[in-house]
Amino acid sequence: MFISSQSSAPSFRDFTLVMPAVAVGNVGQLAVDLIVSTLNMSRVGHIHTDCLIPMAGNDPYASSKEDGEELHTPAEVYAAAELKLAVLQIRAPILQSKTKKFRQLLVSWIKSSGFSRTVVLSSSHAYQRDDQQLQGTPLRYLVTPSLLKGSADALKELGWREMERVPAFPGLTDGNTEPRLCIPGGGITKGLYTDSCKEDLPLAVLLVFCSEGDNIPDAFALANHLNDWLHLLDDNSKQPNKWKIPTSWSLLFGNGIPPALF
Amino acid sequence: MFNNLGTTIMATFFGEVLSVYSRAVEEDDDELDENEEDEQIRRELEEKREVHLHWSPEVSESLKSGNKLQCSNFVLAVGQNASSFLSVHILSTANWDTIGRASAWNERSRAVTGQSCEESACVFYRHKDNPTVLICQVSCYVAEDQLFQWTEKVFDCLQHRELNVTVLSDTSVADYKTADYLGGSSAPFLRSLHTSAFGDQPVCQSLEQPNIVTGLPAAVLNHCQVHRIAAVVYQCYSDVIGPDSVTMETYKPVLTKLGRSIQLDLSPSTDALRKFVRTTDLQSNLYI
Repeated sequence: MFISSQSSAPSFRDFTLVMPAVAVGNVGQLAVDLIVSTLNMSRVGHIHTDCLIPMAGNDPYASSKEDGEELHTPAEVYAAAELKLAVLQIRAPILQSKTKKFRQLLVSWIKSSGFSRTVVLSSSHAYQRDDQQLQGTPLRYLVTPSLLKGSADALKELGWREMERVPAFPGLTDGNTEPRLCIPGGGITKGLYTDSCKEDLPLAVLLVFCSEGDNIPDAFALANHLNDWLHLLDDNSKQPNKWKIPTSWSLLFGNGIPPALF
Repeated sequence: MFNNLGTTIMATFFGEVLSVYSRAVEEDDDELDENEEDEQIRRELEEKREVHLHWSPEVSESLKSGNKLQCSNFVLAVGQNASSFLSVHILSTANWDTIGRASAWNERSRAVTGQSCEESACVFYRHKDNPTVLICQVSCYVAEDQLFQWTEKVFDCLQHRELNVTVLSDTSVADYKTADYLGGSSAPFLRSLHTSAFGDQPVCQSLEQPNIVTGLPAAVLNHCQVHRIAAVVYQCYSDVIGPDSVTMETYKPVLTKLGRSIQLDLSPSTDALRKFVRTTDLQSNLYI
């Protein structure tokens, strides 16, 4: 459940919530890191739950060593009141046996907090695209009917590509099988989306097709894509590197090389 | 059993296809109807994996009547070297009562014929003269899905006011991320991580980015951070797998710190050390 890290509980009424799904390449989480780091958001609370694998570390967004000693937990909420933006960052995998419980926890928290809309940043296995999906942009979106009411025009203007429904058994021309939504490698994305449709929550999913590897470019692509819609950064100079990389991204691919190796 | 890692395919720049671990959880199929038998099996497995605390009769009575354990200092040792360090330097003074143990069955639990295996894996001790000081040694593996439960159940028995938690934890230096390559001479070394409520000064450097703490120490830190309890984890990075006296001694500065706030007789027992070292020698003679 949500536990405030301040003396009083913050209000999220009418805020936009941005959150990642733990998915292939951890792209959603990396993109969220960029948002929190660039906007210098402050932590307002933790989601304390048995659904995530425990981990702890010092402040991943600290710019200097002095203010780096602040303990951070697997699921934390950051807020920027002036932007009416709240961000949930998830730093650990969800226990396989607890995915349904975690989705329920999120849905009920989103409902009770009164977020005006939720955006889930996610990803899906690039190798499972069909012929159609291989062409064009690797970015896709989904919206629940509830959010479509308010944002249909904005989405049309952006010219985004909606996530395609795929046949359950490709190649089988059985008239009974309807195309269905499939987000391989997306973790709880699909479940969260369908739950939100059922609960009539205004929720959008932004995802990118990718593979495991160096997913930093994918994270940038997703963050920029989100920014095109929400305009979180007011930097109009179209610079490619307007996002600030957090210190926790160092050494993603291992330690320094031992000199004795050569 | 509960496998959070799935294998997936990664295409590298050189064109070869590698099988790698991905933290992406595959889409859950619980939309499919689970038949009763599956559900029953799942429930039974969950029950089997539950963490159980077994307290001494006196403590059980006290807890049942609604009184939590009075505790000013809780010292938790996770790992062989951390546990042995406490055995050699603190528990050997024989001023400690065994007040309970925790059991957590999982895929790494060895087949238990008698009770002995489980009993030695996770034990709670209380100081005879100063009963607000508790020590717990954990030398068994607590699975990822049991960590939260273990922590909640244990801390539910302790009163939180003015509680100070110290955790000693073993880990491999291979998990330590640093830009400068560590020569063999730097390990073993300590790094610390503490909650916001911890007002004291740790005995060593703070854990630098991008390093993190996982396992039981992380679960304890999460709990203490959220419940505003003063807690500190001392993570010892060692290049030796298994019991090692040099690694053990790395925890010494923590002892001096603890000795100031707790009235303990902290002289190391040479007998216990000899016993511990002898066991080490017997175990591994093949690789020096």
